[in-house]
Amino acid sequence: MRMLAATDPQLGWNVVRDVSQLFEFPFMVNAFRAGTIVAVTAAIVGWFMVLRRQTFAGHTLALVGFPGAAGATFVGLSANVGFFGFCGAAALVIAMLPQSGQRSFSEESAVIGTVQAFALASGFLFVSLYSGNLNGVNALLFGSFLGITNAQVLAIAVVGLATLLTIALIARPLLFASVDPDVAAARGLPVRVLGATFLVLLGIAAAATSQITGSLLVFALLVLPAATAQHLTTRPFVGVVVSVGLALTVTWLGLAFAYYTTYPIGFYVTSIAFALYAGANVAPRLLTRRSRMGTTS
Amino acid sequence: MIGSLNPLTGLHHMLALDFIRHGLIAGTAIAAAAGLIGYFLVLRSQVFTADALSHVAFTGALCALTLGLDPRVGLFASTIAVGVLLGALGPRGRADDVVIGSTFAWILGLGVLALSIFTTEHSASNGNAGLSILFGSIFGLDASGARTAVVIAVVVIAFALVIARPLLFASVDEAVAAARGIPVRALGYVFLALVGATAAETTQAVGALLLLGLLAGPAGTALRITSRPYGAMALASAIAVGAVWAGIALSYAVPKLPPSFSILAVITAVYLATVAIGQAGRRGRPVRHV
Repeated sequence: MRMLAATDPQLGWNVVRDVSQLFEFPFMVNAFRAGTIVAVTAAIVGWFMVLRRQTFAGHTLALVGFPGAAGATFVGLSANVGFFGFCGAAALVIAMLPQSGQRSFSEESAVIGTVQAFALASGFLFVSLYSGNLNGVNALLFGSFLGITNAQVLAIAVVGLATLLTIALIARPLLFASVDPDVAAARGLPVRVLGATFLVLLGIAAAATSQITGSLLVFALLVLPAATAQHLTTRPFVGVVVSVGLALTVTWLGLAFAYYTTYPIGFYVTSIAFALYAGANVAPRLLTRRSRMGTTS
Repeated sequence: MIGSLNPLTGLHHMLALDFIRHGLIAGTAIAAAAGLIGYFLVLRSQVFTADALSHVAFTGALCALTLGLDPRVGLFASTIAVGVLLGALGPRGRADDVVIGSTFAWILGLGVLALSIFTTEHSASNGNAGLSILFGSIFGLDASGARTAVVIAVVVIAFALVIARPLLFASVDEAVAAARGIPVRALGYVFLALVGATAAETTQAVGALLLLGLLAGPAGTALRITSRPYGAMALASAIAVGAVWAGIALSYAVPKLPPSFSILAVITAVYLATVAIGQAGRRGRPVRHV
């Protein structure tokens, strides 16, 4: 926070004062508002995404958001328009592609790799055409919490709410179709339509997440809390609640750390989310080993 | 800069510039290596390795910069080490995309930390270091940098050609190759070390984020055109080299286009053209039932 050098926030032992300091500036209040909406949306959509094993679709959709946002900035629109427009459009394209199961894996990965690299290269083109400031690029790629306006918070809130309402409406059939698509299809569920709808929702969630984590680090909010939750519990409703709780923890802590130190938020959200995920993976194993050792000796 | 309409004069002017010459020399060697190694990557279904290495390259180079070292030291050390490490994880390392994706997102997060430390310490001298590592700066290579890149690329290509035959065998049918006494595991490690070196080389040309395109794009195109192994290898290298030449020329003609973008645009266009021609050809031909 070099720009606030005059009134640098000081972290002390008084927790109440520390927390109230966090909300002293309107930009931080907006960052927390936007971060909270994004975390809830990402955690819920991400939970279904991990269940459906579509993490790489989410990753690709987020990468596509980078040229979208850079292009929108270049043309003079808000980066938001580019993020949501491009991610949504890319989701529709992926959903409409024929599901070719026969195509060999290696060919497909070569295509995905080329498309990803080209999308990022296009983003770089817009950035250099814009010849704008370098911090802007870093914010698009690695996230930023500075300068979120009231209008942006409102936009994120509307989009997030619409996404969550849609998810709530299709949650039951989507769960069924994700767990066992064949049986769901046999029961007369429109599996393909559900899949396409979900991909569009995923595109929107990836775009919203990119606002906080940047295009390159969406894994931190979109994938990790959901994957951690699915590791902890297999019950759907509980899992979604745990996922939301973890995403909020990651976002709030990340914002607070980034506010009190000079290091970027992208580093904090990825590190906290990864630590929680690793902890959930390792801790149960350690516990069972200790109890086993206890019984044998 | 582009005053003359005569293409030969234009070419002469272009080659008179030092940074273009260095870029062309280094770019040719790097692209030839990337095409060759990329062919094996696509054949062995290990494209994700290159994706993973692109994250590592960014963090490795920035950590070296933060420590005051030459970024290339961090680049080569990190990509080769992680490449071999991925090999040690074995087939299990491929299984869970959540684990891989998460780990590399975190590594990228560490890179962002290194970037922020580096730019706060050296803001005046090297503000766009992060950007040039992410998206490459082939015009930024000096004579010695170009020479080093060429030497390393030649070594990589030589190694790859020496192990090409057994590696092909092991890639196509691992079990039979192992039964015939080919050291499949050792070959895999040597290959991944070569992939690491190539990823570090490619980062200098088109940047950490775009290296996947230079590795996978030409190889994917070549595999669509021919199924003959050595033909496809040569073709992949040729497409990569051609793309680098065309990209550099394009960026010289239109200075607003960054060379990394031009190179990637050419690769993507060639791939799309191959797909389109292939489908048109398939439609024109009578359907054969096999």
